[in-house]
Amino acid sequence: MKPFSKIISIITPFDKANVDTDQIIPKQFLKLITKTGFGKFLFYDWRFDHEGQPKNDFILNNSNYKDSQILITNENFGCGSSREHAVWALKDFGFNVIISPSFADIFYSNCFKNGVLPIILNIDEIKKLLKIKDKIELDLNSQKIIYGDEFINFEIDSHRKIRLLEGLDDIDLTLKENEQIGNFEKNSSIMPIFE
Amino acid sequence: MTETLFEKIWNSHIVVERENEPSLVYIDRHLVHEVTSPQAFDGLRVNHRKVRRPDLTVATIDHNVPTTDRSLPMIDETSSTQIKTLEKNCKDFGIKLFGINHPNQGIVHVIGPQLGITLPGSTIVCGDSHTSTQGAFGAFAFGIGTSEVEHTLATQTLWLEKPKTFEILATGKRKNSFAVTSKDIILSIIKKIGTDGGAGHVLEYRGDAISDLSMEQRMTICNMSIEAGSRAGLIAPDEKTFDYLNNRQYTPKNYNDLVDGWKNNLMSDTNSKFDKSFTIDVEKIEPQVSWGTNPAMVSDITGKIPTPEEFGQNNEIQIQSAKKALTYMNLDPETPIVEISIDRVFIGSCTNARLEDLIDAAKIVKGKTVNSNVDAMVVPGSQMVKLEAEKLGLDKIFKDANFEWRESGCSMCLGMNPDILKPGERCASTSNRNFEGRQGSGGQTHLVSPVMAAASAIAGHFVDVREWS
Repeated sequence: MKPFSKIISIITPFDKANVDTDQIIPKQFLKLITKTGFGKFLFYDWRFDHEGQPKNDFILNNSNYKDSQILITNENFGCGSSREHAVWALKDFGFNVIISPSFADIFYSNCFKNGVLPIILNIDEIKKLLKIKDKIELDLNSQKIIYGDEFINFEIDSHRKIRLLEGLDDIDLTLKENEQIGNFEKNSSIMPIFE
Repeated sequence: MTETLFEKIWNSHIVVERENEPSLVYIDRHLVHEVTSPQAFDGLRVNHRKVRRPDLTVATIDHNVPTTDRSLPMIDETSSTQIKTLEKNCKDFGIKLFGINHPNQGIVHVIGPQLGITLPGSTIVCGDSHTSTQGAFGAFAFGIGTSEVEHTLATQTLWLEKPKTFEILATGKRKNSFAVTSKDIILSIIKKIGTDGGAGHVLEYRGDAISDLSMEQRMTICNMSIEAGSRAGLIAPDEKTFDYLNNRQYTPKNYNDLVDGWKNNLMSDTNSKFDKSFTIDVEKIEPQVSWGTNPAMVSDITGKIPTPEEFGQNNEIQIQSAKKALTYMNLDPETPIVEISIDRVFIGSCTNARLEDLIDAAKIVKGKTVNSNVDAMVVPGSQMVKLEAEKLGLDKIFKDANFEWRESGCSMCLGMNPDILKPGERCASTSNRNFEGRQGSGGQTHLVSPVMAAASAIAGHFVDVREWS
């Protein structure tokens, strides 16, 4: 995974609550067997009409936001299905940061595995950010969102932060605990399905 | 020091625990299916890694299988590729696969318990959010993403932050235990606590109204924990649990000894503390029908569709969500639920396609005919459920009433196979998600119990199923 670096970008305001992963990436696009190429299907049913033409009133079709890497949205983002394809689609489309008052548990966890930073802010902070049309700077290292002369601090678990900043592979890290895993297997009564 | 059931399971599966860090948790059972696994196996190949415990891993094909005649070639090439990919991956990595023509094939959360793979006190994962179903056996069972599938395959562990605990206490007795089902109980709970009410928590369903339920009814409850935002929901095992798992194909040989160990241990200690608690009196619960685009947008059968303002109760975000939902659903506020007509009926999914669900639905259907404006189908949860149902003659009851009787799979719960709604079609569905487009782009889903689905198939609109029984 690529280390997470500082981001300077405008914000894409996406004022919806309870956005489920079925909306983020509809099921007809879950049949690919790779992790890439999902961006063009992001929010497919909201972005395109039944003839496959872009809907003009949908924000991701607005060219002003074309290069935005930051999506700001409303509560319980990413609820429903565990499909990691939702994060792959957001990342492939260009979003590296999602800001919301709350995230669904599985989606939140999936973000970190793919170098996407989910940030939880309160509603007032989000309202402030939504007024900003210029680029903002997002610095994971100092945990700051900087706009003009002001900034907002955000919280993040220190281990997740290090893994993102260094682009560490989770499995590599876990394999360092191989001895402990082996000990656990020896000392517990694990029951094989197939004997 | 008292512990909740969840804490007992958690503590007995910790491999590595350090202060202020996530814990490394051992996984006893890993179930794999075709949609969320290909990229995980690819990751293993690229890094020259093996599957650590093929003996704790099992795969099936459920999400995109056709439910029509399986002797015919598959028309959808991408689905076919995904299925062939899983077949190859299982072969290459030594994983047991219940493939498309295997008698054990079925929806992963249906076959786990049916085969005795699901065990009380264990940790169970699958790349599917409805893994929570198996919490009904007193297991910590939860859905994971594809990266975590790869991590589990490689290490048989996961890094997890310890979730908090949330007691859902269900008291009282249902007034009509045929027409008011466990689906109605869980929809009523989600209506009250909201789609994110359980986020960050493991739910434990407790109380007489839960003990009263059969194992299959309990699975329906735990299945929809994720619709309340909880990755896992569980129920302490009891005699019903132990009986259900006895003598299944993969039930461990030393089962009786295991049961002795589980009894008196796998339960929350008296006076154990939960981080949150919610009580519901099931006596007051009516049959439920969802009217919106998330599983908290639910009404009593005798009720009306609320106005967005009634639903939102001064919360502007909720008011806007309800407006958007009603536009999508093409429904007006104040419409009585019983006046909503339907075009399709789907009895299926990991929520409600087990044998008891089909038996109850068949009781409603027997001797009647599906309304001429309605297309109705039954998709059993597994080939084993299908076979048992056929032994009881249920297939004949459904077919005589003009229901289609299909092969097992996830089918129209998420429409990854050809079973989908057309735009504008309205469906009474026994599944778990009424999200926009879930059952097909532009399709309108109403979540209901199997008996409600069956009765509305006959009537052509929602009915108070209590008056039918």
